[in-house]
Amino acid sequence: MIVSALLAVPLAAGVLAAALPWRRAVGWAMALADAVVLGLGIALAAQASRHHVASGLDGALRADALSAFMVVVIGVISLLASIQSIRYLEAEIARGEHGARHASLYSFLVQAFITSMLAAVLAANLGALWVAVEATTIATTFLVGHRRSDKALEASWKYVLICSVGIALAFLGTVLVYFAALHVPGHPTGASVLDWTSLVHASHHLDPAVVRLAMALLVLGYGTKVGLAPMHSWLPDAHSQAPAPVSALMSGVLLTVAFYALLRFKVVADGALGPGYTRTLFVIMGLASLLVAASLLLTQRDVKRMLAYHSIEHMGLIALGAAAGTTLAIAAVLLHILGHGLAKAVLFLASGEILLVEGTSEIDGIAALLARRPLLGGIFGFGLVALLGLPPFSLFVSELNMIRGELAVGLGWAAGLSLLAMAVIFAAVMAHGRHLLLGGGPDARPSATSRLVGIPLVGGLVACAAFGLSAWPLQSLLAAAARVVVR
Amino acid sequence: MISGSALDGVELAAGVVLAGAILALWRKDLRSLTSVLALQGIALAALAAILAATGGDVGLGVVAGVVLVTKGLVIPGLLARVVRADPGSRETAPLVNVPASLVAAAGLVILSYLVAGQLTALMPDPLTRLAPLGLATVLVGFFVLVTRRKAVSQIVGLLLVDNGVALLAFLLTAGVPLLVELGTSLDVLLVVVVLQVLATTMRARFGHVDLDQLRELHD
Repeated sequence: MIVSALLAVPLAAGVLAAALPWRRAVGWAMALADAVVLGLGIALAAQASRHHVASGLDGALRADALSAFMVVVIGVISLLASIQSIRYLEAEIARGEHGARHASLYSFLVQAFITSMLAAVLAANLGALWVAVEATTIATTFLVGHRRSDKALEASWKYVLICSVGIALAFLGTVLVYFAALHVPGHPTGASVLDWTSLVHASHHLDPAVVRLAMALLVLGYGTKVGLAPMHSWLPDAHSQAPAPVSALMSGVLLTVAFYALLRFKVVADGALGPGYTRTLFVIMGLASLLVAASLLLTQRDVKRMLAYHSIEHMGLIALGAAAGTTLAIAAVLLHILGHGLAKAVLFLASGEILLVEGTSEIDGIAALLARRPLLGGIFGFGLVALLGLPPFSLFVSELNMIRGELAVGLGWAAGLSLLAMAVIFAAVMAHGRHLLLGGGPDARPSATSRLVGIPLVGGLVACAAFGLSAWPLQSLLAAAARVVVR
Repeated sequence: MISGSALDGVELAAGVVLAGAILALWRKDLRSLTSVLALQGIALAALAAILAATGGDVGLGVVAGVVLVTKGLVIPGLLARVVRADPGSRETAPLVNVPASLVAAAGLVILSYLVAGQLTALMPDPLTRLAPLGLATVLVGFFVLVTRRKAVSQIVGLLLVDNGVALLAFLLTAGVPLLVELGTSLDVLLVVVVLQVLATTMRARFGHVDLDQLRELHD
């Protein structure tokens, strides 16, 4: 019941937005729909942390603790992004760049995007999960190209082509898993072969050679959508060219929704092969991503590109945490997914506001933001502090626990390398941030920041800090979700 | 178990798919690339239809129809529209020239036979033995994708990868479950529509769709 409503609400809101001419009330209706998604997600999470598995649409949808947790993450970031979309679209219409029809299309695509992410995390069937992840690519392509500039077009071309190839490989991997499952005696046939629960049940009997090939293709394929090196090249372009609320959604949740798919397949592959194989794949790609981020962050000149490379870093950290694979490490990975999502969404939304009021997103073009716009500068500064993994924000706790998990399984060397990369990134981001926030800039009277921007973004940061100080509201949910992955 | 003339038909269809991929490497004329894709689509649909008929599988018969319409007609048709807007367009300077591409393709086919050994080991039947053809199509598609510069050629590369995956799915598992198969076809169709719109918009703005002239975004 709740599960089916989770898909129906944002989809209905999107259709409504497409049908009505855009005005402020429509924008608020979208935000309301996403607030409902968050509310339903919390209700689902409350059920799931008591180990109740909800299902819907004749068993096609299934929500255990892991799914419920991802629904909450999607809900909270969608809410932030859709409130900010109101400001973005109004500014766009006021500048005369695009008309109200364009805004209607934007709202529809954003809600379709949110619906397909929800469908991905709620799908019981791994084939349906693939269809939903591919649908996110389709919904977001036009959002990346929304500004219709040359750069935006180039970015969306790269995005759709690279991600479609990646996802084609993931499909091949899924087909191979299906092939292996067909040869397990007593395994159900027909549509339920790819059901995650029955696959996990049969995982010990899957042919290891085929699963090894399948998992390599899956990690490469879904890894493209996660933005893991070496298939990350679309990410900085797409995230820097998309409208800020879309960047927030893509960076804050879409990447981790694709990682969620890998977590599901990890359980199946580990059953067939033991934990070593997936661990090796995750460690290689995680370290490669950290290396790419560390070597390219320093030279970035654009705020949004800097944030995009920061996403590659965090996806690398998450891959390393998942490689460790202990209950502690997986719970930390999930907390990191939430913390990174919140901090990154706040930063992308703040950078959208910076672009709006400053007219540029070049780091060199902005200085002394803190003196001139105290609230906006403060939000950006605290967002960076959160993203760098400093206390009291939850990323500090989750990074610490991921490293503890890595040490526990003998991945200390990888943890050491990741700390080294993080130190380089820390220095690079501090240099950029100091120029942007303090720097020597034109002296001007401090100006206020719109409440529409201030309240949600401060709320996002407060939530990120609160989960860092005490994860108790999430404790039982995280533990239950980690037990879904660690068996 | 499949045998006799049905098996001959399946072998022929699978061979046509790989031959189409090699042909796509060889031809520089963009218009003939769309015909190659249509041919592959028809071969895939025929293969699915044969499997459906021998297995008495109604769902797979539906899939065969969907494949015929999407991969055989609609997708090549959409691409042909992009090509027609720019008559006489050719893949002028691929990063790797044609003879070298063909040598590379031969290498990829051999590689596929080596990798697919793991699949045949699990189920040594006549259909699984054809799996290297699908794998080789995927790899050749990749090769087209990374060595060609025209927008249309890149879409063709993506579709070759996709057709190769579809061929493997039919050979190994007689198609994934119907609902997933339908969702997949719809997704691929939408991706091509998206790419077509982008290519058309790019031509309208830049007057060309040479992707190596788009270099504003890099580090």
